[in-house]
Amino acid sequence: MSFFAVENLGVRFGGVVAVDGVSFSVNQGEVYTIIGPNGAGKTTIFNLIGLIYPPTSGRIVFEGQEVRGAPHDVAERGIARTFQNIELFEHATVLQNLLIGRHRHRQTNLLDELLFLPKVKRAEIAQREAVEKVIDLLDLQHYRDSLVAGLPYGVRKVVELGRALATDPKLILLDEPSSGLNPEETDDMAFWIEDIQKGLGITVLMVEHDMNLVSRVSTRVLALNEGKVIAEGTPADVQAHPAVVEAYLGGGE
Amino acid sequence: MFSQLLQLFLAGVAQGCVYALVALGFVLIYKATETVNFAQGDVMMLGAFFGLTASTILGWPYWATILFAVIVMAAVGMLIERIVIRPVLGYPTFTVVMITIGVGYILRGVVTMVPAWGTETHTLRTPFGDSVLRVGGAVISADQVATIVLTAALCLVLYLFFRYARLGVAMQATSQNQLAAYYMGIPVQRVNMLIWGLAAAVAAFGGILLAPSAFVHSNMGFIGLKAFPAAVVGGFGSVPGAVVGGLIIGLVEAFAGFYLPEGFKDIAPYVVVLVVLLFMPSGIFGETIRKKV
Amino acid sequence: MRFIFKTDYVQDIRLFQHGGQVFWYGALGVLLLAAPYIVSGYVLSQLHFICIYAIVGFGLMLLVGYTGQISLGHAAFLAVGAYTEALLQSHGVPFVISIISAALLSAAVGIIVGLPALRLKGIYLAIATLAFNVIVEEIVTRWESVTGGNSGKLLKAIEIFGYRFSSGESFYYLCLVLTVLSALALINLLRSPTGRAFVAIRDSEVSASCMGINLARYKTMSFALSAALTGVGGALYAHKVGFISPEQFTLIQSIELVTIVIIGGVGSLHGAVLGAAFIIMLPQGISIAKGWLPDSVPQAGLQSVVFGLILVVFIIFEPYGLYGRWLKIRTYFDVFPFYRRGTFRRQRNYLRSERLR
Repeated sequence: MSFFAVENLGVRFGGVVAVDGVSFSVNQGEVYTIIGPNGAGKTTIFNLIGLIYPPTSGRIVFEGQEVRGAPHDVAERGIARTFQNIELFEHATVLQNLLIGRHRHRQTNLLDELLFLPKVKRAEIAQREAVEKVIDLLDLQHYRDSLVAGLPYGVRKVVELGRALATDPKLILLDEPSSGLNPEETDDMAFWIEDIQKGLGITVLMVEHDMNLVSRVSTRVLALNEGKVIAEGTPADVQAHPAVVEAYLGGGE
Repeated sequence: MFSQLLQLFLAGVAQGCVYALVALGFVLIYKATETVNFAQGDVMMLGAFFGLTASTILGWPYWATILFAVIVMAAVGMLIERIVIRPVLGYPTFTVVMITIGVGYILRGVVTMVPAWGTETHTLRTPFGDSVLRVGGAVISADQVATIVLTAALCLVLYLFFRYARLGVAMQATSQNQLAAYYMGIPVQRVNMLIWGLAAAVAAFGGILLAPSAFVHSNMGFIGLKAFPAAVVGGFGSVPGAVVGGLIIGLVEAFAGFYLPEGFKDIAPYVVVLVVLLFMPSGIFGETIRKKV
Repeated sequence: MRFIFKTDYVQDIRLFQHGGQVFWYGALGVLLLAAPYIVSGYVLSQLHFICIYAIVGFGLMLLVGYTGQISLGHAAFLAVGAYTEALLQSHGVPFVISIISAALLSAAVGIIVGLPALRLKGIYLAIATLAFNVIVEEIVTRWESVTGGNSGKLLKAIEIFGYRFSSGESFYYLCLVLTVLSALALINLLRSPTGRAFVAIRDSEVSASCMGINLARYKTMSFALSAALTGVGGALYAHKVGFISPEQFTLIQSIELVTIVIIGGVGSLHGAVLGAAFIIMLPQGISIAKGWLPDSVPQAGLQSVVFGLILVVFIIFEPYGLYGRWLKIRTYFDVFPFYRRGTFRRQRNYLRSERLR
């Protein structure tokens, strides 16, 4: 029984088949990367895993149980994700964004909170401590009380990552973590992904275009084209695979 | 029995045409700027007043009054866009809705303050007078016939306009991605202004058609509230939808007024809109709203 | 300039951030408590309304400002609260129970409205709440056995454990207590997970959902809480005016309530109070201004124009509302002489459709 598996997953939007019979499984503790040209269906797969829309075929299994319901159920199971185009809470501070990430760990109910009983205060301090660990890891101290709306792109990407980490997930889905980042920031991102995997023991499922980053951090790679799987294996194997080279990496003429 | 049904049907269609015209104005503005103009009913009311002025005070013939009201209101519509709407494009939906509600209040207030208009109810004379037609046992007034015919004519004109004029395409672009439209060289602000002018002109047209049955007074615009259910039923963002929706609401009202107990007639359109929103929110011809992530 | 040096997480959590705040709110509290002895009976009467509308404003602010929903039909919840109170009092139910019932019944109606609202956004939600308001108004008018229809219902003064709140002062203290309690409840909510969930829903439903926030539950909760607060306001309103009838709860009233939120400043509880004060004092202001204008100008027309102008002007020039203006003034003095005009300027927004077709 694998840690996380996708079985024969497929979805169509109107006449367009975005994902066609995709199956793969991810082992606990590895970094599994999905690569492929734009429009291959990578983000669509993430959206399907996150139950943002339902698949037309196939199923998703996590820790032996099928993943179904609504997106908040996915989060409750311990699966977190980041978004390609950054979906942060713009009118809140970085700290508040991270604290919202702790939502699934709340232990107080509405009545407790209206009265702000001592246990609410204790819970708040505990959440704050948990969030501060993430802030320390990602060096976000400087931006704690800044409104997200005014922050530069690179910082927002990091906050997006931080918010996903704050949920204390078992599996984290990173959608193009290095897109829009300069080489130095990409380097930082690589270190963080390694920290997440080895230091925090979180399994990483990632979509990426930057092949250097892919080679550096991935345990295994899946190549997708036009909604179908075309190759799977170690980074070196997949990058050398002729179908992948033709579809995506650009073969020499 | 049949003549009874036909009577109700025709009355419903005639009233529905007025709702359709106001709803058309909504939809035009919504398609262009994703703004909903809650003042559309009051714009209609102002148009009716201008028509009244031309007809009663200046003594012009019917056709001239229509033209006068339409042209003046087109200018007013463009003015509203320029002064009030342009600064707030891009603000959240809710905020823009509230600003149009504010415009409605201003229009209503100003109308009551004009000496010749004031708070009384006025009648607008039409060349059809009180003549009626008899169709298959049903009685329909010439005013109602004129409403239906003129509305149909206007729809045809608009259809041709959007089919064969560049404004239609430009309008769609500005509503979907304003920044990109700017980059493509579309004069976004001018397009928006023209759309508001057009929507106001259509509303003025509707106001004059409505005047014989509803009389001209400063609270006439509240009838425009029923155009919201019309636009929703037809599908917000669809021009044919606005017309179809308007007709449906008109018919629902006519039949509810006859077959259902007292009071249901007034809330029938709102019950319909709630039902539609629950089960078919995009209406008959409408769009889906979903953020792509 | 004040620099807050933080050494403890509790500082971020507790009500007052620093000593200065304690001082000013304390002074405000003393002023409010002493009000009946300082101001005239007429001003006190206006303070009643300000408190009542502040409570309703809190409710609407929670829904609109903090959860990002829209309601053009909040007068309907006001009606539910008012009529529940009137009905229960006429059957001899004690005030403490009747006002709690008003709140609960409003909350129940709020849940009913909230459920279909789960799938509706933006203009569709606005129209749905508008339709709801019209329908409730009609129900109130037709259900004569319960509501008295167009003849309305009368209310007697509030009586708690034998003490009659029939004087202006006693009613004022009652309203003040309820206003402060409502404010505290909301502030508590906003510094805990539920409040943050609301804000998350406002800013991005998709990612809120992916963070584990059950959209259906929290949106419904927001509607229910908002309605409950409005219901409490409605009950107090009923006692204040003494006589309620359907035409006090129309779409016009709903729009007035929303105006409170907008003028005060969306997204702050202070805004609700400031907005309420503004709306209550507006008719007085217009009467005074009318004194300078020729007699031929009708009062109603002028009121309409002024109301509309205020809405338009505030939204264009003061999008953060009265509280925003206050913040700007305070920031000016705080960072003097380094204040720059662009400090609060919003980035220019371009319209980008989220429609798919």
